[in-house]
Amino acid sequence: MDAQTESKLWGDHGQEALENAHICLINATATGTEILKNLVLPGIGAFTIVDGHTVTGEDVGNKAQAATELLQELNSDVSGNFVEESPDKLLDNDPEFFHRFTIVIGVQLPESTCLRLGSVLWNASVPFLVCKTYGLLGYMRLVVQEHTVIESHPDNALEDLRLDQPFAEFQNHVKSYDLDSMDKKDHSHTPWIIIVAKYLEKWFSEHNCRLPKNYKEKEAFRQFIREGILKNENGVPEDEENFEEAIKNVNTALNLTKIPSTVEDLFNSEQCNSITSQSPSFWVMLRAVKEFVHNEGNGSLPVRGTIPDMIADSQKFINLQNVYREKALQDAAAVSKHVECLLQSVGKVCKNASFLRVVRCRSLAEEYSVDSVNKDEITSCMDNPDSEMVFYLMLRAVDRFYQQHSRYPGVYNYQVEEDISKLKLSVNSLLQEYSFNNFCHYVLGSAAQEAIKIISHQFVPFNNTFIYNAMSQTSATLQL
Amino acid sequence: LLFSLFREKKRRRVVELTEKMVVDGGNGSTCEWDGRWNHIKKFLERSGPFTHPDFEPSTESLQLMLETCKILVIGAGGLGCELLKDLALSGFRNLHVVDMDTIDISNLNRQFLFRSKDVGRPKADVAADFINSRIPGCRAVPHFKKIQDFDETFYRQFHIIVCGLDSIVARRWLNGVLSLLVYEDGVLDPRSIIPVIDGGTEGFKGNARVILPGMTACIDCTLELYPPQINFPMCTIASMPRLPEHCVEFVRVLLWPKEKPFGGKESLFCLFICVCVCVCVCVCVCVCVCVCVCVCLCECGLDDVILDGDDPAHIQWVYQKSLERAAEFNITGVTYRLTQGVVKRIIPAVASTNAVIAAACATEVFKIATSAYTPLNNYMVFNDVDGLYTYTFEAERKENCSACSQIPLDLHFSSSSKLQEVLDYLTESASLQMKSPAVTATVEGKNKTLYLQSVASIEQRTRPNLSKTLKELGLTDGQELAVADVTTPQTMLFRLCFTS
Repeated sequence: MDAQTESKLWGDHGQEALENAHICLINATATGTEILKNLVLPGIGAFTIVDGHTVTGEDVGNKAQAATELLQELNSDVSGNFVEESPDKLLDNDPEFFHRFTIVIGVQLPESTCLRLGSVLWNASVPFLVCKTYGLLGYMRLVVQEHTVIESHPDNALEDLRLDQPFAEFQNHVKSYDLDSMDKKDHSHTPWIIIVAKYLEKWFSEHNCRLPKNYKEKEAFRQFIREGILKNENGVPEDEENFEEAIKNVNTALNLTKIPSTVEDLFNSEQCNSITSQSPSFWVMLRAVKEFVHNEGNGSLPVRGTIPDMIADSQKFINLQNVYREKALQDAAAVSKHVECLLQSVGKVCKNASFLRVVRCRSLAEEYSVDSVNKDEITSCMDNPDSEMVFYLMLRAVDRFYQQHSRYPGVYNYQVEEDISKLKLSVNSLLQEYSFNNFCHYVLGSAAQEAIKIISHQFVPFNNTFIYNAMSQTSATLQL
Repeated sequence: LLFSLFREKKRRRVVELTEKMVVDGGNGSTCEWDGRWNHIKKFLERSGPFTHPDFEPSTESLQLMLETCKILVIGAGGLGCELLKDLALSGFRNLHVVDMDTIDISNLNRQFLFRSKDVGRPKADVAADFINSRIPGCRAVPHFKKIQDFDETFYRQFHIIVCGLDSIVARRWLNGVLSLLVYEDGVLDPRSIIPVIDGGTEGFKGNARVILPGMTACIDCTLELYPPQINFPMCTIASMPRLPEHCVEFVRVLLWPKEKPFGGKESLFCLFICVCVCVCVCVCVCVCVCVCVCVCLCECGLDDVILDGDDPAHIQWVYQKSLERAAEFNITGVTYRLTQGVVKRIIPAVASTNAVIAAACATEVFKIATSAYTPLNNYMVFNDVDGLYTYTFEAERKENCSACSQIPLDLHFSSSSKLQEVLDYLTESASLQMKSPAVTATVEGKNKTLYLQSVASIEQRTRPNLSKTLKELGLTDGQELAVADVTTPQTMLFRLCFTS
């Protein structure tokens, strides 16, 4: 099975993590098998389906055994198993059954089972993804105590050029250029980073070592650079694309180098400050980076070491790129001195230092309990009549209904009218419990992708409730 | 209004079919079982606060949908497979699928209707076979063709069209055809509108949109939304590479045509066959036929071998040469996988993004077919790099859109502008983005081709026109220019307006 295209997104190490994963799916419904299909195709190692239901007319084609066989057909490298037992029975007789899994995905589980299973998995540090579909509504809830992400792969990340606080090796490199004495070809093929650095030096000497701060100053700085463009014998400016690039990039190039608040928070967290022999390597490495920041880094994170492509001749570009690369290696070496762990992992952490993320979800018990329910989030959403929060409350009410009547509302036509009033009672009881005085198959490819993020520890999973409304094709992420 | 017209069309069709059924003696289908459609029935037999204002729940709706709704799925790749599955499972039985590709081994990790034994077979055929055999009652009809192989009469027969295409040019072409259908003598006929649901994905990002050609924003109305394709400038490739990708492009674009590493052998082989055939033919048939055959075979034997991204020998050659190029400039990072990625222009694809977008599209098909809910109005984007993000908005239609309105566009140029400037505008303008426009005009009563790129002999003949001014070419203020291009099925008319 050629997993080439996905590997481009999450690398060989991400693919390896997938291939070592063992996923548990509870309830082989259409939704559940769809999720599993999207995990089997990219190449997870193994799955186990847990399903104690007998076959009904609606679900023909989804029987646990048939499902296992069909899924295995999709990818012969995956090994599939199934257990014909209800999750409640397993929780009664052998709760440790669930400890072996990389992640457990529960589909259409009643509230009581969710809570029981949730607490077993929380204590065993096994991530739990709850999924429900109801009509044209989709619901997902991620339950994981602590999920660390080194490679979050942010979209549109800013470059790490350090033009506001140039390191010594970069300054020396810049000194080797003399823009005024260059011939035309060299002048037009000097990387824009060098140009900005040179003009910044001149600006500093005239402005008391202060960076251009507001729009007016930045505009003046841009004009300053523009005047540096070579002119031909008639005084008309030549076509120097590298200077145009410099001018265009002034805004972002002059950003102050600083540690992102998400990373500062991690530095201040307890796990980072009390490292023990039991600490996971993520925290050990993070601590090492913190030590670096307070020592060799002089208050800054390790240099990332990459630069964007730009108009320049090959040699000038490569030389500049190497200046950044070597500094990054130097910083990584300094970090590794603070660490007793895998050198490979350290490399990843340094390049991604600004993008380290930790996702912590509240447990289900906290979400449901009257004492710790997130009333603020719920009430503020309810101010907006179009908010998906209505659906969250509806789904909770449906769960309540099931608890009381051992069936879902409106399964048969004759029940509909009666059930509407019973469901209203469930909604009211829920709202009352939470004392609110003011008073609503499709898309679970997302569930599979969130599971992949958990398994590979790359890209950032949602935190912690996702509601999809297929009627309006809108969605919301809520923290409950 | 639109949807009641749509339902009217369906109602007439049901009457026809019912009569036909009476004559044939029953629906003949033995693949129903109790409870099979319970889920779907709940949508169609009950009303609720979220249903469409015109929706009337009924037990007929299900039968209607299953038997009469004819859906066309374009593309049987990542999105296409998911779409077919979703639509078939929702109960649509009349599905057609068009795809011009055959199955490659790299497709198997996403396009789950295919197995390794299917490699080499047409995607449309295998997808239809799979759906028909696994989903009782479904009648999917495959077409191993390009979308351009069909004209309006083919597309006219469908109630709804869903696209899972991988190219913007193809989307625009289809968009053009469907826009043609809705105009009768320049007037918009709402009954001819075929709703189009278009889905696209790239890595972790995707979008789904609903288009009613002539009434809501079409592909060309929002052309600026599509980011321009990144192509490296030639001077970088030829003399100033900086990235490993530049090195691979150098080999692909410049070195391969020059060195023709696999070209020599192949033409020798062809020549050998030519000679053999000639000898055989000479013996059996008269001389003149023999000569013709010889000439034909010889010509095809002298063609250059095109770089094939799926041929490991080709990629290996490109990889080695790219390494040499990179070494010259001290560039690191050229790997076999990177080489293949650049040559095949691989865009990373993820099974789950395709699943999400296809599901959103199939939901829209369901809503429109049954009128049970208000459809998406009209564009949704999806991104799951960081958590899950969706954004829904109403894309606006352009009153003078070159594709979906019948209003000819004005071209403003001075009479001393060169023809090349006009061509540059047609290709570079964000709202037109043509690929290789061919321009003709009526000059002094005669139809004259001003410039055409796709036929070598005509290109050579008309090339001098590019540096002539519009005045020199005999063009006058206010006259019409007809422009043909791969992005549009029909010639586009422009009006030339001379600026002073």
